[in-house]
Amino acid sequence: MNEARLPPPAEKTRRVTLLDIAIISVVIVVLIYTYHRVEHVLVYTWDWALVFEYVIRVDEITGEIFPNLFLKGVAMTLRLAFWGTIIAAVIGIVMGLCRVSNSLFLKLGSRLYVELIRNIPPVVFIFVFYFFISSQIIPLLGLDRIEQTFSPGTLAVMEVLFGPTDLFTNFLAGLICLAVFEGAYITEIVRAGIQSIDKGQWEAARAIGLSRFRVLSDVIMPQALRTILPPLAGQFITLVKDSSIVSLISVQELTFLTQDVSNTTTHFFEAWMITAALYFMMCFPLAVLFQRFERFGLGIQRT
Amino acid sequence: MTDHADMKNSDPSRRELLKFVNVGKWYGDFCALWDINLTIHAGERVVVCGPSGSGKSTMIRCVNQLETFEAGEILIDGVVVQNDPKSLQDIRRKVGMVFQNFNLFPHITVIQNLMLGPIRNLKVSKKEAEERAMHHLEKVRIAEQAKKYPSQLSGGQQQRVAIARSLCMHPDVMLFDEPTSALDPEMISGVLDIMVELAEGGMTMMVVTHEMGFAKQVADTMVFMDHGEIVEVAPPTEFFTNPKSERTELFLSQILQH
Repeated sequence: MNEARLPPPAEKTRRVTLLDIAIISVVIVVLIYTYHRVEHVLVYTWDWALVFEYVIRVDEITGEIFPNLFLKGVAMTLRLAFWGTIIAAVIGIVMGLCRVSNSLFLKLGSRLYVELIRNIPPVVFIFVFYFFISSQIIPLLGLDRIEQTFSPGTLAVMEVLFGPTDLFTNFLAGLICLAVFEGAYITEIVRAGIQSIDKGQWEAARAIGLSRFRVLSDVIMPQALRTILPPLAGQFITLVKDSSIVSLISVQELTFLTQDVSNTTTHFFEAWMITAALYFMMCFPLAVLFQRFERFGLGIQRT
Repeated sequence: MTDHADMKNSDPSRRELLKFVNVGKWYGDFCALWDINLTIHAGERVVVCGPSGSGKSTMIRCVNQLETFEAGEILIDGVVVQNDPKSLQDIRRKVGMVFQNFNLFPHITVIQNLMLGPIRNLKVSKKEAEERAMHHLEKVRIAEQAKKYPSQLSGGQQQRVAIARSLCMHPDVMLFDEPTSALDPEMISGVLDIMVELAEGGMTMMVVTHEMGFAKQVADTMVFMDHGEIVEVAPPTEFFTNPKSERTELFLSQILQH
């Protein structure tokens, strides 16, 4: 075969279609109209500088820079997201395994948990659960007296990990609410992942005499993890965003503190737009990171 | 124990390795197996055939309890099969199984597939498991693929790995559930060759298959099933040339006309 096998000439595809032009025009018109409303109809004086002071405060005399309410809120939101992710993952995996267990009791328990949470609005759930935790569980565990029980050194570490110690019980209540709430969704992801594995895998594993635990740990879970990871990553991003719900029970995270700032300054637009940008800056890198994991981390071997 | 040994010494081929006694199974009201009685002796090769839906697969899957049954009992080497975790592990040590769709574990390499059972169930050392695995991979002639993942092998190679995986448990009986049905035609003979070698090596085998050539070559006993019942049990010469039941005759005429 001497002649080169060339591909047929590529068809020219138009990059910008008529539809694109139509959509872009509509967007431009909407933007101009919005600008017009804001500038000429709405009576609102923008003062970004004032609100920015609540992001970073510069001491006028020494010139030192301090993080202000917004950044403190971000730190608190990150703490909630970090611990919430860990606890929710543990709850989700345990409950997900219960869902596929042979025991009717475990199956029903897990099912009840998931259905309860999925069919109650998060806000309602958090109010109900919060009053139960903060009034019953936390005093029971003695967690409301940590300032007396721990040494100053331990308290300093705890401040980094969990935020101001005087608000620890409040943080903990918010954290547990969030984790229990998100755990239900992770349970469903884990269940779906396990059930996506072919029945033949269970049978082959049982046929070589693996115990039920070994079937799960050596054969099913490692494979299920590949199905589970992408939606799980998505759920963790959701968790970061959902953490704003606990502002309702006065956990001093980003949304709660933004309410403070917007009430104090009365510059609602600037305050909330900054907060929107901050949430975006937390979630978007996570999304990009997880996409990378998916592409490079999982060289999937499948039959 | 001495009794047992004597029995083996006196006539090893008469040792009853696998015995079905009045086994019955239902899915709700549907009767999947009815009054199954069958005895397989050590070293015997039994080929089970019959139309699809006749209960062949269900029957052999009852042996290692991948299916439960409601009536009768199954004895393996004289011990009644029970459904608690301890006896299940024992049964599955004694009974190897090869599936239609190979069911290799796709997330680990070929050799790891072979080592998993011996390490977890037989508690052998990693080193010994590896030696066993290589030994059996050589027997099925794919030792050079040991480090590959199952998806990198052809269907025929995968099925040979699956056979080796079962052999690594050093089973007393091997069950084959339509081992060549999912294979491309050119892959079938490679798998059948391995099974013939296994039979010649004296392995007790129970094979569900439509490969009548293989059946004629290795079977000591043919079993024909229809509608969840065993219709006919006969040596192959008799079975193929002079079947007693009309249903067997009809089935054979359909399957052998090609």
